[in-house]
Amino acid sequence: MSENSTTVGNMNPAAVPVSAMPRPLMAISAARVGEHVRTVALPVLTGVAFLLAWEVLVRALGISRFVLPPPSMIIASLVDHFSTLMQALVYTASITIAAFVCALVSGITLGVLLTQNRNVERMFWPYAVALQVTPMVAIAPLVIIWVGLDRVWLGLMILAWLVAFFPMLSNTAVGMKSTDRGLSDVFTLYQASRWQRFRRLQLPSALPYILAGARISSGLSVIGGVVAEFVAGSGSSTGLAWIIVESGTMLDVPRMFAALFVLSAFGLSIWYVTASVQTRLLRRWHESELAGES
Amino acid sequence: MEMNTPTSPKTSMHAAAIAHVEPILRMQALDKVYPNGTRALAGLHLDVAPGEFVSLLGPSGCGKSTALRIAAGLSAQTAGRIVRPGEDEAEGTSPRPGDIAFVFQDPNLMPWATVFDNVLLPFTLAGVHRREAQPQVAAILDTVGLGKFQNAYPRELSGGMKMRVSIARALVTRPRLLLMDEPFAALDEITRNKLSQDLLELWKETNSTVIFVTHSVFESVYLSSRIVVMAARPGRIIGEIAIDRPYPRSGDFRLSDEYSACCRQVSALLGRAMES
Repeated sequence: MSENSTTVGNMNPAAVPVSAMPRPLMAISAARVGEHVRTVALPVLTGVAFLLAWEVLVRALGISRFVLPPPSMIIASLVDHFSTLMQALVYTASITIAAFVCALVSGITLGVLLTQNRNVERMFWPYAVALQVTPMVAIAPLVIIWVGLDRVWLGLMILAWLVAFFPMLSNTAVGMKSTDRGLSDVFTLYQASRWQRFRRLQLPSALPYILAGARISSGLSVIGGVVAEFVAGSGSSTGLAWIIVESGTMLDVPRMFAALFVLSAFGLSIWYVTASVQTRLLRRWHESELAGES
Repeated sequence: MEMNTPTSPKTSMHAAAIAHVEPILRMQALDKVYPNGTRALAGLHLDVAPGEFVSLLGPSGCGKSTALRIAAGLSAQTAGRIVRPGEDEAEGTSPRPGDIAFVFQDPNLMPWATVFDNVLLPFTLAGVHRREAQPQVAAILDTVGLGKFQNAYPRELSGGMKMRVSIARALVTRPRLLLMDEPFAALDEITRNKLSQDLLELWKETNSTVIFVTHSVFESVYLSSRIVVMAARPGRIIGEIAIDRPYPRSGDFRLSDEYSACCRQVSALLGRAMES
C-alpha cells in the first residue's frame, strides 16, 4: 500500500483531511498483544508467589497471628468485614479524589497565574514554599477546628488537598517557564497573541511537567487523606485509616492488614489511572514515553 | 554547453532589480548594542533587491545573526533605520505576518504537533481555518518531499526531514522575504548538499528573496547571487562579491573552475575580515 502511494504521491494524501487518515496498522500486532499480556501477567505472578511464600513461612515458623497473620486469615477477615471496609473505602476514596481534583485545578490555575508576571511570582512564591515545608500534621488540628468538628470530611479533604497541592503548583510553574526559546521566536515572528502563545505554546510545553506533577500529587493525596484521618482522631472519621488505628488498639491484626490491603489497592489504581492518562497524552511525542511504562 | 546556457529570466530580472527596482529590504546605519555593552553591529548598510539570494558570511560574532534577527523583527536595533517588505512609514503600514519567514539553525518544531500541524502553524496563528489552508499545506509538504509524512511527529523524523518541515513552514505563507540563519549547519554534508539544491529550486519556484547566514564559503558560493562578507567586533560589512553564475545551478557548478575561483575570492575577503 505504501509502495503504491510513492508513485502517486501527489494524488492521495492531499485530498483527504488529515484527521480522517488511518494510523499505521501496527498498533494491533501480535507482538503488541503479547506485550500487554506480559505487562499484566508478570506482576500478578510475583504477587501470587509472594503471598504463597508468606503463607508457607508463617505456618512453618508458627508465627503468632497477632504479629503477622497469614494471607488466608487476612482474606477471611477481608470477607468478614467486607461491607465495613467498602464503606470506609468510599469515605477515604471520596476524600482522596476530591483532594486530588482540587489540587489539580488549584495547582494548575495558580501555577499559570503565578508565571504570567515575574513580580507576582516573587510576591507569592515564598509563601507557596512555606506551605509546602510546614508539616501538615502541625496544622491539622487548626484546620479541623476552623472547619468544625461537625464537618470532618471537609476538614480532612482540605488537609489532603494541602499536601497534594504543591507538586501541581511547582510543576505547572516550571513547565510554563520551560518553553523553547526558538519556538517562542517562531510565535513572535507570526505575531501570535498572548492567548495563542499560552494556548498553543506554553500549555503544551508544560503538559509533560503537569502530568508528572499529577502523578506525584495523586500519591500524596492518598497519603494526605490517611494522615489527616490519623490526626483527626477517634470517633470523628470512618475511613480506612481509622479502621487501621482501631484494629491496632483491638489487636485485630488480620483486619488491620485487610484495611491496609484495600488502601494499597486503591492507591495503586489511582496511580495507574494517572499513569495511563499520561501515556495516552504524551505517547506520540514525548521522550518520556518512548521506553514505555516507567 | 553549460557555459552557453542563455541567461535565465530570473538572473536578468535580478540584475535589473539591483539597478532600478525598489529594494525589498533596506537596512541603513544599523547599530546594535546589547545591554552588556557588546557592540554587535556598527553602521550596517544593506539593501536587498527582490529576487536576490544574498549570503551573509563572516566569522562567528560578526553580527550576521543579529542583522537577520533585526530584519525579521525578532530583535530591535539600537540605532539606524530598517524598511521591511510591506512597510511604509508614510502610509503607516507594517509587514503582514507571513510576509517575512525565518528558518532557524534548529528546526524549532512543536514536538506535540504532527508535521501537518507544524506547517499549518502560520495559518493557525493568523486565524485561517484548517480546511481553507489544507491544500496549501499539503502542496508545500509535497514540494519538500514530505507528502507521506503529514501525520508523523517530529521525533519520528531525521534531522534533514525536520529541517524540511521547518522550511515548509517558512514557505507555506509564500513569504516575500525568507531569512535563513545557518539552517543546514547541524546536518551532515550529503543532506546539506541535497537541501541546498532543493532550496535553490524552491527559491526559484516561489519567486522569493532569500538572505542566508552561513559561515561556509562553499555553501555561500554555490547558493548565492551575492555574498556579503562581514567582520567582527564591531559587526560591519567589509566587502561584497557577486556570483554571476546563472541559475539553475547544478552539481557541475561545484566542479567548475569558475566555482573554485569564486571560492578563492570569497576566502580571501573572509581572510581579511578575520584579520581586521
